[in-house]
Amino acid sequence: MATKTKATLDRRAVINKILEKRGDALVVTGLGSSCYDVGAAGDHANNFYLWGGMGAAAMMGLGLALAQPTRQVLVITGDGEMLMGLGALATIGTQGPRNLSIIVIDNELYSETGMQPTHTARGVDLAAMAKAAQFPRSATITTDAQLKSWVPQLYAPAGAAFVAIKVNAARYPMAIRLRDGAHIKNRFREALLGNAAFD
Amino acid sequence: MKPQKKPATWPNDIYEVLKQVGIKQVAYVPDAGHTQLINSCNADREMKVISLTTEEEGVAMLAGAWLGGQRGVMLLQSSGVGNCINLLSIMNECRFPLLMLVTMRGEWGEFNPWQLAMGQGTPPALQHAGVVVQRVDRAEEVREHVFAAAQLTFNTSRPVALLISQRIIGFKDWSK
Repeated sequence: MATKTKATLDRRAVINKILEKRGDALVVTGLGSSCYDVGAAGDHANNFYLWGGMGAAAMMGLGLALAQPTRQVLVITGDGEMLMGLGALATIGTQGPRNLSIIVIDNELYSETGMQPTHTARGVDLAAMAKAAQFPRSATITTDAQLKSWVPQLYAPAGAAFVAIKVNAARYPMAIRLRDGAHIKNRFREALLGNAAFD
Repeated sequence: MKPQKKPATWPNDIYEVLKQVGIKQVAYVPDAGHTQLINSCNADREMKVISLTTEEEGVAMLAGAWLGGQRGVMLLQSSGVGNCINLLSIMNECRFPLLMLVTMRGEWGEFNPWQLAMGQGTPPALQHAGVVVQRVDRAEEVREHVFAAAQLTFNTSRPVALLISQRIIGFKDWSK
């Protein structure tokens, strides 16, 4: 097992730095902390918050990216959530959407369920898996400088991107209270599609 | 007696209905019963065809498609229904439409005993997961059943599974 370097980045600071450049990007979150973090960065009608359905986030991003090829789609999820749907990396890699970025906020823990280590704590390299699944762009990010240079790339429609951002174990309150799924979906569609949302 | 193989027309009936109702994303895990339909969709430049590693990917993907304003369909075998169960909770909580065309195994004339548990369990498993279950047993009725299922799911935003009887698909020849 690789020697572990202590992660220093803070999850909410990381997500704020990414989302302050969102422009008209569409965002899908995984369940748990990444959902709360995205909500804390500022609620937005084009955020889709998953509060359940563990393992769904990346594929939801793919369906959205294929349906909206001119809009950048960001999936912001956790390492445990990504590990539950690893096959999605192969499916996305073979589809090759230009406008999809998968961002894994990797604290190497199942922080909702008692801080048990995930396989990324045991040396599993998600960015290498994405690369092997034919993502043209992938990286593991551990520093502010790397994050800074990657943020514009996450919004560039230059092929599927995957980043695992190593963050510390800090936990934060559930800043977002909005959890009615039908409302979250209908609000997202109305903001994106206008009246066509009701066709 | 070895059953006669007749050229099937129902897969093309499904394809025509999918076109008629504006399906743009076709997600599938391969099944012999859907071979002809998958080929037709692959040849269609207006359809995006997505090969999945597991059926639960399709549930999530088609939710994303609907968020983005596109209609999709998932083609799967009954054995794949079990793979979808937890992600179907997304469809329920958010009232997403979902059109699942399920080719059945483990029922009419099945030769493989390993198919029985999930085949027989498919209708109750879907119902317990909150999916509207419909079924077609006759090839000549496939077209209207697919159309009706599509109307139901996209007009009411409820997940709908149409089970296509193993009797329509025919016996699997395992004699050699």
